[in-house]
Amino acid sequence: MTPTISPNPIEDLNALLTFPFMVNALEAGTIVAVLAAVVGWYMVLRRQTFAGHTLSVMAFPGAAGAALAGLPTTLGYYLACGGAALLMRGARSSPGLGSPGRGSGAETATIATVQTVGLAAGYLFLSLNHAVLGGTETLLFGTFLGVSRGQVLALLLVAIAALAVVALATRPLLLETIDPEVARARGLPVAALDLGFLLVLALAVAATSQITGALLVFALLVAPPAAAQQLTMRPGLGLVLSIVFALVVVWLGLGVAYFSIYPVGFYVTSFAFALYLAARLWHATARRCAGPRSA
Amino acid sequence: MFAHDFVRNAYLAGTFIALGCGVVGWFVVLRGQLFAGDALTHVAFVGAVAAAVVGLDERVGLFVLTLAVAGGMGALGRRGQADDIVIGTVFAWILGIGVLLLAVLATSPNGGTGIAAANTLFGSIYSLTPGGSRLAAAIGLVVSAGVLLALRPLLLTTLDSELASVRGVPARALGVGFLALLAVVTAESTQAVGALLLLGLLAAPAGAAHQLTARPYRGLALSALIAVTAMWGGLALSYEIAALPPSSAIIGIAGAGYVAATLFARARRHR
Repeated sequence: MTPTISPNPIEDLNALLTFPFMVNALEAGTIVAVLAAVVGWYMVLRRQTFAGHTLSVMAFPGAAGAALAGLPTTLGYYLACGGAALLMRGARSSPGLGSPGRGSGAETATIATVQTVGLAAGYLFLSLNHAVLGGTETLLFGTFLGVSRGQVLALLLVAIAALAVVALATRPLLLETIDPEVARARGLPVAALDLGFLLVLALAVAATSQITGALLVFALLVAPPAAAQQLTMRPGLGLVLSIVFALVVVWLGLGVAYFSIYPVGFYVTSFAFALYLAARLWHATARRCAGPRSA
Repeated sequence: MFAHDFVRNAYLAGTFIALGCGVVGWFVVLRGQLFAGDALTHVAFVGAVAAAVVGLDERVGLFVLTLAVAGGMGALGRRGQADDIVIGTVFAWILGIGVLLLAVLATSPNGGTGIAAANTLFGSIYSLTPGGSRLAAAIGLVVSAGVLLALRPLLLTTLDSELASVRGVPARALGVGFLALLAVVTAESTQAVGALLLLGLLAAPAGAAHQLTARPYRGLALSALIAVTAMWGGLALSYEIAALPPSSAIIGIAGAGYVAATLFARARRHR
């Protein structure tokens, strides 16, 4: 049965919060939104969206492999994402063609290879396990509605750990992101920072994809930070805006999905995309209004 | 093994799909457009599901949507290339629509199993019809020929856009045209190796070739060779081992080729 929406918004809110599963989903969604918004902000600034997407896809072999080996699914997520981060970083040090570093041909080829080999392995695990195909869909596209109390607690712990690492490393990480050359000249451990960030990203992605599914993590990781960066380049304000955007997207998505028969993933990605479009539009008009003197 | 029709169909389609992926993939890696290719493969999945919802042939959805998105990406980006953040947000949203369509499909009267979706995601090269495999082979050939015909101007715009514009090479048209070729390869190959694994066939052989040689002709040939080898080896392996899905075997061999090429290039540098 689908709950119907009433004209009284207070009543609707009460209806939303009656069921424990919905409260769990909202709590998990809130944690995930904050985590994805902060880590995603750095990811977008570092132009590592492709790496982020690859890590998010790794949740699929992780879960399929864990099911085959009889391990807890969550463990599979973290192992696969962490492993993929190490593999991608291992290849970064090998300059192939073009300039070595982020976005070069060799690096993207490595990332893409890691991604598809992981997916192929996941598909193999699934077929070895004779798993039901319907499960694949949940793995890839997620479900907010089966979140347990324990999962919410685990998510909270992971999020606090990841955010603490990012907060502690804020200044060196920002410098390394914006100007790796200067960072290296100042004696910062550039390679360690780079690997560390990828591992934090892996952690965030593994946590997020349990809720949103492997393919849709990306909506939360990219759209809110990208929208925030359209509006401001100041780190503090940008991070706050990014968090606010992600929270709005998740809460709206969960709320609307509750009253609708269609999946949460659709609403979350649509709101995220609409937000990004609005931010771009705002940016474009603001620049036009400011006229040539700021150009 | 070749006594079976389905094996012959798979080899016919697979050979030319791999050829097309190897040739196009070499340029995709050189132009740094793998993320765009990745996005197109996901779009292809949504296209196939959309066609299933409307009740059309899956190929119509595949080709229409991938070509449309490739055109959009080419038009929006500078020099016919799209920004990675734009790609990321757009394709996250298109996947969201895919989820919606899957839900619609599950509740619609004309069939609602996850099998169609799984086939699109991971491919089913052994279930191609004779006509389908001939079409796939023809498309693979045409795409490879298209890249080879535009080889010199395409190389010039990719490697030195300044010089290309001085010489009057239409960089934008070439960029959009190349994305269109990529879209065609994507749409066609999705049926064979699946939307999620296709990226491996584009990236791994081409990446390996780029590690081994910087010379264009040799690199293109090497990339195509590795792709076709992975396809043949993967098909044979999955025929022998029943539990191994063909897509996983093909990507496994291609990935191993990439690792071997990387290690070889590294060893050569250190000598």
